[in-house]
Amino acid sequence: MKLTLKIWRQKNASDKGGFATYPVDGISTDMSFLEMLDVLNEGLTEKGEDPVHFDHDCREGICGMCSLYINGNPHGPLQTTTCQLHMRSFSDGETITIEPWRAKAFPVVKDLVVNRSAFDRIIQAGGYVSVNTGGVPDANEIPIPKTIADEAFDAATCIGCGACVAACKNASAMLFTSAKISQLAMLPQGKVERKTRAEKMIAQMDAEGFGACTNTGACAAECPKGISLTNIARMNREYFSAVVSSDNM
Amino acid sequence: MILDSKIPAGPLEEKWTKHKFNSKLVNPANKRKYDVIVVGTGLAGASAAASLAELGYNVKAFCFQDSPRRAHSIAAQGGINAAKNYQNDGDSIFRLFYDTIKGGDYRSREANVYRLAQVSVNIIDQCVAQGVPFAREYGGLLANRSFGGAQVSRTFYARGQTGQQLLLGAYSALSRQVANGKVKLFPRTEMMDLVTIDGHARGIVTRNLITGAIETHAAHAVLLCTGGYGNVFFLSTNAMGSNVTAAWRAHKKGALFANPCFTQIHPTCIPVSGDHQSKLTLMSESLRNDGRVWVPKTVETAEKLRKKQIKPADIKEEDRDYFLERKYPSFGNLVPRDVASRNAKYVCDEGRGVNETGEAVFLDFRDAIARDSEDTIRARYGNLFDMYQQITGENPYKTPMMIYPAVHYTMGGLWVDYNLMTNIPGLYALGEANFSDHGANRLGASALMQGLADGYFVVPYTIGDYLAQTPPKKVDDSHPAFAEAVDKVKGGINQLLNIKGSKTVDHFHKRLGKIMWNECGMARTAEGLKEAKKAIKALKKEFWSDVKVLGENEELNQSLEKANRVADFIELGELMIDDALNRNESCGGHFREEYQTPEGEALRDDENYAYVAAWKFMGENQEEELVKEPLEFENVKLTQRSYK
Amino acid sequence: MSWVTKTLSSTLGRKLIMALTGLFLILFLTGHVSGNLLLFKGDGGEAFNIYAKFMTTNPAVKLLSYVTYISVIGHVIYSIILTQVNKSSRPVGYAKSNASKSSSTASRNMGILGTIILIFLVIHMQSFWYQMHWGEVPFVTYDGEQYKDLFSIVTFAFQNELMVAGYVVAMAFLSFHLSHGFASAFQTLGLNHKKYTPAIEVLGRIYSILVPILFASMPIYIYFTSQS
Repeated sequence: MKLTLKIWRQKNASDKGGFATYPVDGISTDMSFLEMLDVLNEGLTEKGEDPVHFDHDCREGICGMCSLYINGNPHGPLQTTTCQLHMRSFSDGETITIEPWRAKAFPVVKDLVVNRSAFDRIIQAGGYVSVNTGGVPDANEIPIPKTIADEAFDAATCIGCGACVAACKNASAMLFTSAKISQLAMLPQGKVERKTRAEKMIAQMDAEGFGACTNTGACAAECPKGISLTNIARMNREYFSAVVSSDNM
Repeated sequence: MILDSKIPAGPLEEKWTKHKFNSKLVNPANKRKYDVIVVGTGLAGASAAASLAELGYNVKAFCFQDSPRRAHSIAAQGGINAAKNYQNDGDSIFRLFYDTIKGGDYRSREANVYRLAQVSVNIIDQCVAQGVPFAREYGGLLANRSFGGAQVSRTFYARGQTGQQLLLGAYSALSRQVANGKVKLFPRTEMMDLVTIDGHARGIVTRNLITGAIETHAAHAVLLCTGGYGNVFFLSTNAMGSNVTAAWRAHKKGALFANPCFTQIHPTCIPVSGDHQSKLTLMSESLRNDGRVWVPKTVETAEKLRKKQIKPADIKEEDRDYFLERKYPSFGNLVPRDVASRNAKYVCDEGRGVNETGEAVFLDFRDAIARDSEDTIRARYGNLFDMYQQITGENPYKTPMMIYPAVHYTMGGLWVDYNLMTNIPGLYALGEANFSDHGANRLGASALMQGLADGYFVVPYTIGDYLAQTPPKKVDDSHPAFAEAVDKVKGGINQLLNIKGSKTVDHFHKRLGKIMWNECGMARTAEGLKEAKKAIKALKKEFWSDVKVLGENEELNQSLEKANRVADFIELGELMIDDALNRNESCGGHFREEYQTPEGEALRDDENYAYVAAWKFMGENQEEELVKEPLEFENVKLTQRSYK
Repeated sequence: MSWVTKTLSSTLGRKLIMALTGLFLILFLTGHVSGNLLLFKGDGGEAFNIYAKFMTTNPAVKLLSYVTYISVIGHVIYSIILTQVNKSSRPVGYAKSNASKSSSTASRNMGILGTIILIFLVIHMQSFWYQMHWGEVPFVTYDGEQYKDLFSIVTFAFQNELMVAGYVVAMAFLSFHLSHGFASAFQTLGLNHKKYTPAIEVLGRIYSILVPILFASMPIYIYFTSQS
């Protein structure tokens, strides 16, 4: 396959940045998208040009490190992570536009690499159950209905890649935040702190500069793990009932 | 040099309890005067950092990823073992201990493994309390499954994403301590060197991966929770960033490296599709329950397959070689990981491999689908089939899957005593980074167990004993040892940037991987290993004279990051070969072709090799010195494996 | 900041206001369309004019009308605030976007749709509401009681083709706005349940088509019936 790549290049956070166009040749349809970029980078390095920087790690769709806005969609045309996207999804001769996630809360670090530490800070605001190591009850002490456990699991499969923010026209992080709030709100272990958790995590989400939700559903449609919009509804419920009934002034 | 494993005296069951009691304690008010560095935020690192911060220590946690949640523990699929005996099927702490020792082919320490089995039950309690959504039965209690040939169901799981859920649990505990101000987080920061003062670990030198700043961090103890070194093979199921640098640089500062040649190779991975391949993807071993493994009987037929002149379905039954069923009539396709892997390699070496690269065998569900219907097979393996189709573009319901073994886990690592402390006082190694619990082969669903056991339930006790004997005076990074280490790190980076050679870092990494895979992979020979050693020495020379690293240090520079890591992998590769050459026996993941039973099974030599081979760095380009820690077995009888 | 202002200045609090005001306006529209159906009665506007008087004089209705005004203003103001927040959340946009793959056009353009509807609303209120309250409206007498003949104002207005066309087009925009807004309001309030959400979505779709069609049919009906 022969392709033309239109890639966002930006030397560092303060650089203005712009698109550069690169032709690549000899791409196999079996390659993953990131392997295609590896080929580009090997070629660039040999020519003495700075390789294109992009985030990636596990390359099996679970670590959430890879990103890339490909031809107008986060993680490209399929509902999967970029590392699991293969070149057979593209056609010979195609021009592919590759951009970094765009959001005020995800500033560009270099080229296609962005800073997603805002997500960590949202979790630090309350995405946990406050138990210390040791001294906890037996694991089977509190039975949890299977359907609840399964639903909590579905919410917990979020990989924190940020595709929801990238897809949302408002760069909103509601799907990410709601997945964690939902998971813990459903489980008995998480119910103890549910009110404070919802209030604090949402306050942090706002403070990071993410936008509001307009229920377009793009986040869930693009989420590589299929996190559902019902989590956002649950988060809203959690939040509204928390603010009217919690002890936090 | 004599290694003291500090295994407590007394009966096996009482060792850990007594040891905890005999360990010195740090007064709660004094804990805040101690600083602890934790490198790596996977299961071991995140759980240790969180637990130590909860106790009151000041923790600094480092990871090279952009967030601690991305550590490669996240990719573990199958589950986590624990001797809960919730299924009432005869499990016990002793049985888990016994299975682990035997599974490790008797090359691990009894006391460590017993402790692991003991604390395994606490791990599950802890994770549930954190809100980890384990699979449950309709009655609301936890579900279990059997795994890796164990005769009891003791594996707890969260669909095929157990590692993810456990890591996110540990990450949430860590995040809580970050919010409490007890943990300071350093993402996108790579450890470049260990700093020792008067023989004690007192800090690290790091590189900020965004700015390139070389920084120093001082502490009273350093914990390396930096995972395994499977990427020495270039292609493995490890994440792209997984590396040995932290452990290797500590090794060069004096920490012994134990059993480096013990690597685990997993038989059911998606094969390499070409030179562009950057990583391998594992598929659950459970596929072998219904799939039949085969290759064509003749090289000619295989050749036609490779050229795509014929399809697998065109090959008649009598022209197929179901080699595992043929060689192991009673176990068939269900032989252990190492046996299945090795035999796949043999048939491919004969030229009977079935994909374009010649390195793949079929895993065929045709008969299972005919017997049980496609729907039944879909219900059992649907997600795996989908994953396979997504990666390969082929429909495994219609055409046989292709599989090939891949490096998956490394049992070797930094040598540690019973306290998980290396031979450098104050330096600890946890999880896959140490060597301690899996011997020569790790059982399925035990990696997660060990990482969390070390971090939640072992190191919080054992570190107190060391710190209680260390004055709580602040460690000062103005000590000349820090400046010296910084200079060395900067020197190394400048050297790499100034070679300005002609070949990329990946070029060298791929060549290293090929050497290691061919000669120090599934089957090893003295002759091959000796050749490999020569090849690696030559590769190292070439690397340091012809590698091309562009850009500068003071920026995000992924080529430089890789170059640093590959430089260390090359040196580690050489040590792995030394270790494999030294171990004149076959055990677990280490198979020396010279040492096998007439049936082709691994032949151990308990008389001469029942020891931990710990290697001591003797200086650049010097041969390393072997230090032996004899293994004593008081509670289990050593037996030979057989799958006849 | 008290907890109330804190909540109402959070993204979720602002969304809550959008949803509540939106839902109230949906209720208002329901009432408005039902009452206006009297235009079809063919009694020369008697029923309609009696209804119009009731709507402008009854104290309970008056109270409701104030809630409606507040809802409209609240809905507009908060949408402006939220749009500003949302716009600033992505200072640098994408060069290439393929958003239609994952979301509907209406859902992405609620602001534009809303703005058009607002413009329509100003014209609409100027034409009828203002006239009714402060304009010069002729009087009619039914059963000895005097009524403002709003019906004549309406019929006069809809003699104009442009006016009719404008109304029909505006109702198309309203339809799009409602097609997303109806179910979206329930989602924002957290009223999401696998048993009821599908029903809400169906109801929303029916509502967003039916109500604008009914509204649009009024000027068309009047245009054709009063011509002949």
